[in-house]
Amino acid sequence: MYFYRHLCNICFIFSASFFFVHIATLAQNNQSNSFSYGDEIIIGSSAEASNLIPMLSSDSASHEVSGFIFNGLVKYDKDLTLIGDLAQSWEISEDGLVITFHLKKGIKWQDGTAFTADDVLFGYETIINEKTLSAYKEDYFQVKKAEVLDKYTFKVTYEKPFAPALASWGSLVVLPKHILEKEDINKTEFSRKPVGTGPFKFKEWVPGQKVILEANDNYFEGRPYLDGVVIRIIPDPTTMFLELKTQGLDWIGLSPLQYKKQTQSEFFKKNYRKFKYPSFSYTYLGFNLKHPWFSDKKIRQAIAHALDKEELVKGVLLGMGNISTGPYVPNTWPYNPNVRKYEYNPQKAKELLRDAGWQDIDKDGILEKNGKKFEFTILTNMGNTTRIKTATIIQYRLREVGIKVDIRSLEWSAFINWFIDKKRFEAVILGWSIGLDPDQYDIWHSTKIKEKELNFVSFKNQEVDELLEKGRRTFDIEKRKQAYYRIQEILAEELPYIFLYVPDNLPIVSARFEGIAPTPIGIGYNIEKWYVPKNLQKYRIQE
Amino acid sequence: MFWKRFKKNKLAVIGGILVFGLFAVAIFAPLLAPYDPDIINMEQVLQSPGAAHILGTDDLGRDVLSRMIYGTRISLSIGFIAIAIATIIGVILGSISGYYGRLIDSLIMRLVDIMLSVPTFFLLLTVLAIVGPSIWIVMFVIGLTGWMSIARLVRAEFLTLKEREFVQAARSIGASDARIIFRHILPNALTPVYVSFILGVAGAILMESGLSFLGFGVQPPTPSWGNILTAGREYMEVAWWLILFPGIAIFITCLSYYILGEGIRQALDPKLKI
Amino acid sequence: MLNYLSKKSLELLITFFGITLVSFFLINLAPGKPTDAVSDLNPRMTPEIRAIYEKQWGLDKPVHIRYFIWLKNFSKFDFGRSFSSDSRPAWDKIKERLPITILINSISMFFIFLIAVPIGIHSAVKPNSLSDKLTTVGVFVGFAMPVFWLALILQLILGVWLNILPVSGIRSLNYENLSWINKIFDSMRHLFLPIFITVFGSLVGISRYMRSTMQEALSQEYIVTARAKGLPESKVVYKHALRNAILPIITITGLSVPGLISGSVIFETIFAIPGVGQLLYQAAMARDIHVIMAEVVIVSILTLFGNLLADIGYALADPRIRVK
Repeated sequence: MYFYRHLCNICFIFSASFFFVHIATLAQNNQSNSFSYGDEIIIGSSAEASNLIPMLSSDSASHEVSGFIFNGLVKYDKDLTLIGDLAQSWEISEDGLVITFHLKKGIKWQDGTAFTADDVLFGYETIINEKTLSAYKEDYFQVKKAEVLDKYTFKVTYEKPFAPALASWGSLVVLPKHILEKEDINKTEFSRKPVGTGPFKFKEWVPGQKVILEANDNYFEGRPYLDGVVIRIIPDPTTMFLELKTQGLDWIGLSPLQYKKQTQSEFFKKNYRKFKYPSFSYTYLGFNLKHPWFSDKKIRQAIAHALDKEELVKGVLLGMGNISTGPYVPNTWPYNPNVRKYEYNPQKAKELLRDAGWQDIDKDGILEKNGKKFEFTILTNMGNTTRIKTATIIQYRLREVGIKVDIRSLEWSAFINWFIDKKRFEAVILGWSIGLDPDQYDIWHSTKIKEKELNFVSFKNQEVDELLEKGRRTFDIEKRKQAYYRIQEILAEELPYIFLYVPDNLPIVSARFEGIAPTPIGIGYNIEKWYVPKNLQKYRIQE
Repeated sequence: MFWKRFKKNKLAVIGGILVFGLFAVAIFAPLLAPYDPDIINMEQVLQSPGAAHILGTDDLGRDVLSRMIYGTRISLSIGFIAIAIATIIGVILGSISGYYGRLIDSLIMRLVDIMLSVPTFFLLLTVLAIVGPSIWIVMFVIGLTGWMSIARLVRAEFLTLKEREFVQAARSIGASDARIIFRHILPNALTPVYVSFILGVAGAILMESGLSFLGFGVQPPTPSWGNILTAGREYMEVAWWLILFPGIAIFITCLSYYILGEGIRQALDPKLKI
Repeated sequence: MLNYLSKKSLELLITFFGITLVSFFLINLAPGKPTDAVSDLNPRMTPEIRAIYEKQWGLDKPVHIRYFIWLKNFSKFDFGRSFSSDSRPAWDKIKERLPITILINSISMFFIFLIAVPIGIHSAVKPNSLSDKLTTVGVFVGFAMPVFWLALILQLILGVWLNILPVSGIRSLNYENLSWINKIFDSMRHLFLPIFITVFGSLVGISRYMRSTMQEALSQEYIVTARAKGLPESKVVYKHALRNAILPIITITGLSVPGLISGSVIFETIFAIPGVGQLLYQAAMARDIHVIMAEVVIVSILTLFGNLLADIGYALADPRIRVK
């Protein structure tokens, strides 16, 4: 039941999750004697990985596992700039059309074969192949030409400058040519026993139960301290938490409730460490802008004044999150903190509604206009308790200004296919995961309003269209920043969505692990540097 | 005769009183509930049972007792209407099948077999998607997937009854098939149906809670026992009252129905097999 | 008899194809396609890429054609590949999950019979005695209790508060390193709750059924005769009556297969057991047609086989059919 909840959380730009693990570490200079090798970490996962070839899977569970095994040419640093991973360096031509990568030398695949530029070209050719079932092809269709200049130099040429292009040379397209050359990529066994270049190598996959990884002794950044990583599959979050309490798991993500109320005991203080940082996602109330009521900006702004976002954060997330004002996460470079904000003010909301012609004539508590009552339905997806809770609070608040709201929750596929795609909705509560690249062309551009496309609220704004275009055609961060700042101002004024909140990620990790260095973007990026002091080690790999 | 036998069965009488009481609670819910079941109060989230809130409050500060009282309406009507639908379909198909026999019988019995094996889940999804989710759909689907055993029971009764003299007599004076089925045979074939109806109501309440558990029952914020329980699961360890009370409500209701059904069965016909 | 059997088999075959047909069309009628899991609200999924997916999977063809393709492949025992991104053969995915589900269900079945049959006999032999009433109520308690609720509460009490049983899964992490006797002990500890829950919830059906067939058997003339002959009561009950009363119980086994599978969906989710119930649920949510159809085929074959067994049982017991 929880897996569709999971699905919708991963629906937008998966890069957030699979670059997660790969985000570079600050150099760890404080090497001391207490660093010791050994022990394993048991991670709880609500979903089972499906396919460990990164380009073939679109679920975050798979990318979390393959993230330990594979590297890309580039990776995101802590401040969300790109730095080299398998690539030592790269150059972008003046006109932004050509990128030349210089690869690090001496890197070996986990089976001992040398890694070269041919592997990158092979990955690229595989993903653009008609037969390969990959959801990520689009970025690579933009490539005009890809060439291997020598063993350690790889060059790509684009039709048009395309800023998100650089990040696309992450771990999606680096595959061992020597293993996969003669295989059918869609059917190969490799997808269940992969060979990569990363800190951990694949050991065993017990279907439905766990995936076991072990340290890669020859990892080019140095062998991880931990001997292994075990990802246990426990679909049910309640069960997962119970398992944590019996110390069967070392690392899981907590719910706000668990973070706040269920992990306060001495037991947890002694045995676990909790972390808290904003997730790369936000939840919003979106309006169908084709609907006669909601096409009026005044109405949308009135609704914004009727809602108390702080209350939502407090009620739904138990305070474990921040209010949201735009489609970016606070403290990242594209985020603009100075946009129009709508304070909770039911009086003002009523005035705005009255200006738009809505009044409660028959004194039943519901506003009317031309004999029609202000009554609409908020749709959301079934099983997602936080969204239903959000809807319930919104329902309650709007009732106070004279708007009657019904709530309907629908099974995910039905929701998308019958209501979103057909634009049969008045308002929805949904969430987006945000990619690490700020390009959001697909969500806001006025050409993306057709069936199955992402601008399903039918937002149209010429200036935004131009800014989106501008933002994705330059590699200059300052220019991009300007464009995205302005987009946020317009969105805050126009309110196609009411941005509600950004939930926090709330991981908890067994206290025996050291070397965890929390950053605004998380903790998992440097797992190869985590270690357990000898006297605290719990699991031993049997030789 | 029926009453006399029924009254002797103390358990069944208790069951009957409980079922009756639940209906009273459902009907007089607005009078009984101490609070509006939908009023949110962020200052009173997850309060344990006490003087102000006898059964505590939920994650949005709503009064659990009030929600359970209103939930009685939903849960009872689901049980009742769903099984009414199942019974109507079952009786009609069972009668036709048993009365006409031969090809029609064969076809209907194959349909029964098929319905018993098809994943009902998809029936649910399909109907849900076409009509949109509502309490009615949940009832309708539970009904649509629950008629098979009733059809079998009615058919079996018909098979024996249609050979009886009174049926032969009706036929010889030229009564129409419909008349024979509905006026002559059916009233005599209904005994097992009464009992399976009562037992079925309990089954349907349980089924709704099971569907809620999988996320397909009555959708929040409408309160049903099943979804109060399912929603409470998240808070199991900090707010035991959220799962304990709805679970007990479901349990007692179903138990009452079973005991009542069993009592009626014995009173009607101790040899009846259900 | 042979005639009767061949007629039955033909009926079962028709039913079987009916099941596959209805299921296939129902799945396709439900909103969404198998490719949705990958493509819905995924910005990288352009219409062109979506078209590639649908063509590769043959989803561009109309439903009835796809049904015939499925039938054709099925006749070669090929269930097709899963639509999820692992693309594994549907049968492989089921095969690796089948043993645990069968194991849990058959152990449960065993205990259900072991407990329910004596309860049923006892109630039939001494109807309306205090112990009959107590067992009846006890069994009804099992039936009226929402099983998942009981599962949660036991998980909380035994697993967390008392910490005497594992909360979920089927093996401990260090399972590989245990001696064989500890392995068995470990598995038993893990399977205890799921089996207990299943048994508890199913007792009522079988014991009620046992009670009524036993009552009927006891009212037959040959029992009266046997008693008149002066046979001891225990012999009358256990030898003569029971032999005839137990036969219909076989029917129940066959008919309860779909119920067991749908029960498996719930307890496999609660206890994180990697069985076919869990797989069915996941496949259903993802509209993974090939996996769903493979499960449908297995469930319906088991059910129909149970039906056939029951019919044969009846035929053997009932001279009217035997002679015809």
